[in-house]
Amino acid sequence: MSIRSQLLLVAGSVAAMLALAPAQAQETVKIGLILPMTGGQASTGKQIDNAVKLYMQQNGDTVAGKKIEVILKDDAAVPDNTKRLAQELIVNDKVNFIAGFGVTPAALAAAPLATQAKVPEIVMAAGTSIITERSPYIVRTSFTLAQSSTIIGDWAAKNGIKKVATLTSDYAPGNDALNFFKQNFTAGGGEIVEEVKVPLQNPDFAPFLQRMKDSKPDAVFVFVPAGQGGNFMKQYAERGLDKSGIKVIGPGDVMDDDLLNGMGDAALGTVTAHLYSAAHPSAANKEFVAAYKKAFGQRPGFMAVGGYDGIRLIYEALKKTGGKTDGDALIEAMKGAKWESPRGPISIDPETRDIVQNIYIRKVEKVDGELYNVEFATFEAVKDSGKTKK
Amino acid sequence: MTTLFTILFDGVAYGMLLFVLACGLAVTLGLMNFVNLAHGAFAMAGGYICAVLVNNQGWPFFSALPLAFVSAAAIGVALERTLYRHLYTRSHLDQVLFTIGLTFMSVAAVDYIMGSSRIFIKLPAALEGQFDFFGVGIGRYRLMIIVICGLLTVALQLILAKTRFGSRLRAAVDDPRAASGLGINVPQVFAFTFAFGCGLAGLGGALSAEILGLDPYFPLKFMIYFLIVVTVGGSSSITGPFLASLLLGIGDVAGKYYVPKMGPFVIYTIMIVILIWRPNGLFGRAAAR
Repeated sequence: MSIRSQLLLVAGSVAAMLALAPAQAQETVKIGLILPMTGGQASTGKQIDNAVKLYMQQNGDTVAGKKIEVILKDDAAVPDNTKRLAQELIVNDKVNFIAGFGVTPAALAAAPLATQAKVPEIVMAAGTSIITERSPYIVRTSFTLAQSSTIIGDWAAKNGIKKVATLTSDYAPGNDALNFFKQNFTAGGGEIVEEVKVPLQNPDFAPFLQRMKDSKPDAVFVFVPAGQGGNFMKQYAERGLDKSGIKVIGPGDVMDDDLLNGMGDAALGTVTAHLYSAAHPSAANKEFVAAYKKAFGQRPGFMAVGGYDGIRLIYEALKKTGGKTDGDALIEAMKGAKWESPRGPISIDPETRDIVQNIYIRKVEKVDGELYNVEFATFEAVKDSGKTKK
Repeated sequence: MTTLFTILFDGVAYGMLLFVLACGLAVTLGLMNFVNLAHGAFAMAGGYICAVLVNNQGWPFFSALPLAFVSAAAIGVALERTLYRHLYTRSHLDQVLFTIGLTFMSVAAVDYIMGSSRIFIKLPAALEGQFDFFGVGIGRYRLMIIVICGLLTVALQLILAKTRFGSRLRAAVDDPRAASGLGINVPQVFAFTFAFGCGLAGLGGALSAEILGLDPYFPLKFMIYFLIVVTVGGSSSITGPFLASLLLGIGDVAGKYYVPKMGPFVIYTIMIVILIWRPNGLFGRAAAR
């Protein structure tokens, strides 16, 4: 039996079960939360899980007369696991939503299942543009790399940065970040003087940084996976690039609130564009950060916000459908949804089902002895330009 | 021209680091004929112990370094006495399966206790930054690595070649039965050697946190580098792995600088070329066993 026909069978049986047992399904609404809770991406999973728990504590676990039940599964960011878990959740646990997805391949692996079973897939982390195009049942509450990379490109070109050397990890998100940055930066009159792609498992940045230094740029554009950012910043300072006046710019993933304090003062002055900073000066965010810190003893990062808004989107959609869990109705209800998130005003683009949000330009500064990304410029309601071009 | 020296300097520092990390493996593999793929786990243990001492307990970096050595060695002794010694006489496949299992357990344990994100060791200010030496940029931290590792290498070579313990060890390796007949306590010698190798790994782990990054996947990520050093260097002496580490360190750094597109492959190319030329490694004994 081919995979396609297996899936059809799965979808068919799910549909049949839902049709046969409507009375049962009315009691609870189940959300299958698939996250990397172990492995290299575990911090993403933990943040999202925390945020979902926090939201449910604050808002109760009943919406529109239905009890919400979250079933957490760990896929360790391996797409094969994601697919198997999504299938089990849909078929055995009969979940009404699948959510989470720490990395792009995981989100893509679940996409055909969402389509066939007509179960909304809420992407709370993965950031490649194409994801929402893979199924009409995918809605995203995190971000796309294009959003932050194009903005930092525009900003750099307008703010006196003429020559940039790029250092990006050689994998899909790294290449996305590089291409979107390059496109907007060169369109704004900037010049790329050096382009280095570093291997993903890169133990030592020294030779690449020496190359950056020798090409004498105004700034270095960086995208490396979360975790390597600290190493990068330390070696950047070690080599004296900070003193020779070369700035670090990039999409804000590198300066995740999670890791920022561990990077030390080397990170001071780094300018990044991103959707969220724990220092975002709004009442909603202050409340969110305080509650998150109280519950989990650490600062929330942008992944936590993706999870927090993701579960909120599910609540809002259920309120709108009056508790009905029909996949198509839920997706309709989500389109155009709009609220004030801890990160600022956000909405779901009715056409692409992707998130529309403000992108902030931030600079790393010391606030009360801790490092924070302090926002100083805002680009409002940024759509994902990875898709709008088509 | 000065850039060339900076690259050379960085390469030597990187190579020295590889050597301290891998030479314990060269000892257990070459001298004791035991395949210990869990070697990186001891390095990780040393690194995390140093990090906890410095970051949480406020120890100075330089007093935490010896403790990283001692505690990794202590863990090594404990495991050698309880687990490893039962596998000395088993086939290499058994040893590989056992130690790779141990590696995965260490990864999961550290992930559980310390969390999966990368950690850093807070360095004293004196070790940060670069200074200029006739126009050549010298990183202070890397200079310290070269000094420490250089001294260690000399000491190791002297211990193995000149001391009574060194000759006992070599005798125990060449013919354990004859050695114990001569009154050498072979298991004790092995336990001590094993612990020493683990201690070196622990020290290497603590030193490498700054440059290579320290997270629970350290043993898996760098296993391949340790093995390359040992295969290229040959495992019959420590001069071989030492030269191999330097060669690979310099090759890797220079390759990444001059041909960044080919960067990650340089180290493997060097390995393949050397192994075609000398299948037993640079200083391997031809078909010793």
